[in-house]
Amino acid sequence: MEDLSGFPLEIVGENSPMVSFKKVRKSYGSLVVLDDLDLDVAAGEMVSVIGPSGSGKTTVLRMLMTLEKINGGVIYVDGKPLTHMDKGGKLLLANDKHLRTRRSDIGMCFQHFNLFPHMTAIQNCMEGPVQVLGLSKAEARDRGEELLELVGMIDKKDQHPSRLSGGQQQRVAIARALAMRPKVMLFDEVTSALDPEVIGEVTNVIRKLVSEHNLTMLMVTHQMGFARDISDRVCFFYGGKIEEQGPPAELFGNPKRERTQQFLSAVKEAV
Amino acid sequence: MFDWLFMDEWFPKFDWRWDYTWEILPRLIEATGNTLIAAAAGYLIALVLGLVFALAQRSQSRVLTFVVREFVEFVRSTPLLLQIFFIFYVGPQFGITLSPWVSGMIAIGLHYSCYLSEVYRGGLDSVPKGQWEAAIALNMTTAQTYKRLIIPQAIPPAIPGLGNYLIGIFKDTPMLSVIGVAELIHTANAIGSETWRYLEAYTMVGVIFLALSLPAAGLIRAFEGFVRRRLGM
Ligand SMILES: Nc1ncnc2c1ncn2[C@@H]1O[C@H](COP(=O)(O)OP(=O)(O)OP(=O)(O)O)[C@@H](O)[C@H]1O
Ligand SMILES: [Mg+2]
Repeated sequence: MEDLSGFPLEIVGENSPMVSFKKVRKSYGSLVVLDDLDLDVAAGEMVSVIGPSGSGKTTVLRMLMTLEKINGGVIYVDGKPLTHMDKGGKLLLANDKHLRTRRSDIGMCFQHFNLFPHMTAIQNCMEGPVQVLGLSKAEARDRGEELLELVGMIDKKDQHPSRLSGGQQQRVAIARALAMRPKVMLFDEVTSALDPEVIGEVTNVIRKLVSEHNLTMLMVTHQMGFARDISDRVCFFYGGKIEEQGPPAELFGNPKRERTQQFLSAVKEAV
Repeated sequence: MFDWLFMDEWFPKFDWRWDYTWEILPRLIEATGNTLIAAAAGYLIALVLGLVFALAQRSQSRVLTFVVREFVEFVRSTPLLLQIFFIFYVGPQFGITLSPWVSGMIAIGLHYSCYLSEVYRGGLDSVPKGQWEAAIALNMTTAQTYKRLIIPQAIPPAIPGLGNYLIGIFKDTPMLSVIGVAELIHTANAIGSETWRYLEAYTMVGVIFLALSLPAAGLIRAFEGFVRRRLGM
């Protein structure tokens, strides 16, 4: 078993990060996808993740959402271990119960929305609050309507997903995730499955979240312009590691590493 | 050339007596009630148990998965008639004495639950993985996810298969006659042995089965459409 004695049981202090990956390893068989990844995200920070296909961007988010098992290292959320639990001063791999208590701080939106097709927009938003948080239907409905209002979907609240466009579905999915009141929101290429003309309605919602809400956000995107606009920091992933990171102006305007330069010029050409 | 077909001694056997038909019809209709009750009760058992078996085969416990899978395979590879005999005649040797009706319902319900579990399994597997991931992102438990998300989405695609087995179970109820359940065939047999006329009784049984089976397929399709609309799918 892995020796985790070097990892803290808790990260305390004024400026302790909201999310902290410490030497996180993930592999599928012999394929190493995340290679001793260290990544901190401060509370209220918006971090964009860019990089070539297969560099491990989605995996970072899936690990944080506990959709994938960790193979090494520890992930902390809000100072406390997420992937592990403190058993008498030792970090052990988290069990289901621990994961359930700790992942309540995290919400996620997916590339393909993953709305519940047998429920209307408002029912999608009420499901988590009623079933998981134990809100009454009336409370959950109020909360859901407020959020559908925020994402501009209130007039479609009684429609099933099959009656909504991709952009509309993604906005409902954002409302559904926010209804759980997470501290950290994860966005995995939320505009990649959308027609170009509706991308704006989703990015505008994310812009609004950044400017009006004190959420910590981690966003994987292929839209460089959008990442540059709204991020506090951009991380360029390459081969399961962060090759380069920094404020968007710096990373996009004056990339230091050759791989970053290559990637950014390749992306520019593709546009 | 075909004279032998029309030989006199054949004809009496083909003579159909309407007055006799009307006379036995009430008994056959009463038996139809029993057939329908048997089919419905057996089907209800199979609907519930089938889902339980399907879910058990997806459980985390390897032992449970293995045991249920083997049991389902075993039941599916042995004849229903044998299972009926087994429960009714062998049961008492182990101190389990059940009435014909109860034995019959258990046998037919259990038998069909194994077929239905395969139908459910297909439906459950057809629900996209993304639904599970969304449920985890909302921090729902496995039980909540099955109950609220996976099972409701697994049912509509399973309805045609589930419906076929409803017709199947209906047509298999005559097997219960062998242990004395007074369903249609059992009653027709009784009528025949009383009067030595079988033609009318068996023909009417066939007509009744046909009349009930034929609209079923259409009704099942309509029901599937109804459920899909209700779920907005
Ligand atoms: N379940 C899995 N089994 C095996 N390999 C996987 C699995 N999931 C991901 N991988 C591999 O892990 C690597 C990283 O995948 P990941 O999805 O994180 O990449 P990404 O950076 O998000 O790429 P993209 O831009 O194409 O979405 C890829 O090589 C991928 O093939
Ligand atoms: Mg990806």
